[in-house]
Amino acid sequence: MKRRSIASQWIGHVTLLALGLFFVLPFYWLVTTSLKSDTEVFAVPPVWVPKDLLWGNFVKAVNYIPFFTFLKNTLIICGFSVLGAVTSSSLVAYSFSRIRWPGRDALFLVLLATMMLPGQVTLIPVFGIFRALGWIDTFLPLTAPHFLGSAFYIFMLRQFFMTIPMELSDAVRIDGGGEWDIFSRVILPLSRPALATVGLFTFIGSWNDFGGPLLYLNDERKATLSLGLQQFVSQHGAEWSLLMAASTLMTIPIIILFFFAQRTFIQGIAVSGIKG
Amino acid sequence: MKLSDTMRSKQGRRDLRNGLLFASPWLIHLAVLIAYPILSSFYYSLCNYDTLRPPRFIGLENYRILFTEDPLFYASLWNTFYMVVIGLPVGLFLSLGIALLMNQKLSGMAFYRTLYYLPSICPVVATSILWLWLLNPEMGLVNTMLGQIGVQGPGWLVAPEWAKPALILMGLWGAGGGMVIYLAALQDVPQQLYEAASLDGAGKIAQFRHVTLPMLSPVILFNLIMGLIGTFQYFTQAYVISRGSGGPQDSTLFYALHLFNVAFLDFRMGYACAMAWVLFLITLAASLAVFRSSARWVYYAGESR
Repeated sequence: MKRRSIASQWIGHVTLLALGLFFVLPFYWLVTTSLKSDTEVFAVPPVWVPKDLLWGNFVKAVNYIPFFTFLKNTLIICGFSVLGAVTSSSLVAYSFSRIRWPGRDALFLVLLATMMLPGQVTLIPVFGIFRALGWIDTFLPLTAPHFLGSAFYIFMLRQFFMTIPMELSDAVRIDGGGEWDIFSRVILPLSRPALATVGLFTFIGSWNDFGGPLLYLNDERKATLSLGLQQFVSQHGAEWSLLMAASTLMTIPIIILFFFAQRTFIQGIAVSGIKG
Repeated sequence: MKLSDTMRSKQGRRDLRNGLLFASPWLIHLAVLIAYPILSSFYYSLCNYDTLRPPRFIGLENYRILFTEDPLFYASLWNTFYMVVIGLPVGLFLSLGIALLMNQKLSGMAFYRTLYYLPSICPVVATSILWLWLLNPEMGLVNTMLGQIGVQGPGWLVAPEWAKPALILMGLWGAGGGMVIYLAALQDVPQQLYEAASLDGAGKIAQFRHVTLPMLSPVILFNLIMGLIGTFQYFTQAYVISRGSGGPQDSTLFYALHLFNVAFLDFRMGYACAMAWVLFLITLAASLAVFRSSARWVYYAGESR
């Protein structure tokens, strides 16, 4: 493509920045509201730059709700979910991509089909199973299923594993290695970026999940950040600076994670989205 | 000959054993968390089931009540269709539009990409609370800014006729999620295609119609199907902004929210299962319709796919 003229470059930048305001302004408002006094929060016309930055709002917010308990619960759930998703999905993806067995391809179609099934269909029986197991008000309904693999990540890893040349597997076989050796010594080390993507998406999924905790966690001391924050709205609906402070605290880790793992994100999206 | 046959079958058996072994986590998943629940959910949908007493078979009664006696069913269906028919296309167009803007050869692309993408990965509960504040009728930033230019802003999330448009606006803030997928596909379009097209005298618009759109169509289909499935299950945002009530005046009572309340507030589990099956059939029908139409508008570069 020809190099674009200076004028059209400028038009491009101005359009992108103007649209960008729509995406950035809410963030700015989130953070500044959390630093304002009540007078400034409700001031008309709106106060764009708070006069004094009330960092104390953050202290107040984390004391209003058992913030650190919620954080701990969320991190425990995220940690086990990531561990479960990465280990189980890679095992299953290995079976679907690098071992030939009768029925494999039919079963893989079933796996793809399950992605179309709305969760509501299985919701009530699954809830019944977990209740029968005595798992209500424990983290297990939110973590244990990840150890049984999830269709989307299995699909993603399978696509990735298929790009690894079969000759590498044969080399291990000639040396007398079995499937486990191939999996652990060849496939896993070569798949670090894909595994990182699975781990990252699982972490964010668990961090952001609301429906699961709402369903399974009734005890306030077991709540996650999502659930705790939602209950905070119900109790302190009008304390906007505190609500924004708590929301900011919940959002910041995701943003930090994004900046540390930007490449994993972008590559993962490219792989998962379309290269099917 | 005989020896190699037995060796092959031995290898075959080993492959089957290993294959099943490696796949076993998901096979358990399929049996316990999908197959069994599907069967029992269908059975429950034919039962009166309140979790305290064992399910009692009542035939198609739940479905009859659903279609003939439950106004909230139709209200929630209408609300959900509204999001599917208006919210989903608007979101898809915006994310495609931004991706096209971003695909120009501009400096600072990574910066813009981050800017647009970040909202889409933020916790839904946090962003819903943020928009609850931004769209507050009296004190929210949106209406105070509208007020400064002399426009009386609507009640947004507290006005029945504005609540869904407000949710759509809120959803547009997450359009960056679809954008990055479009962008990845746009960058995969071979440059030669554009060069060939411009040699044939195609202008910018013709290039877009005859090169960009066909090359993007599989991804548009992907985003459309995923969006369809997701929108039919729209829940968290509505739960947070209405505190689970689906208000004001049931204007944010979406299908999944109604189902959740029926199941876990009223403990009408059988009825909720019937609702779930109807949702499944609607999602399936809509997806199939899109897939069938896709033969006419989706272009696959590798014909053999």
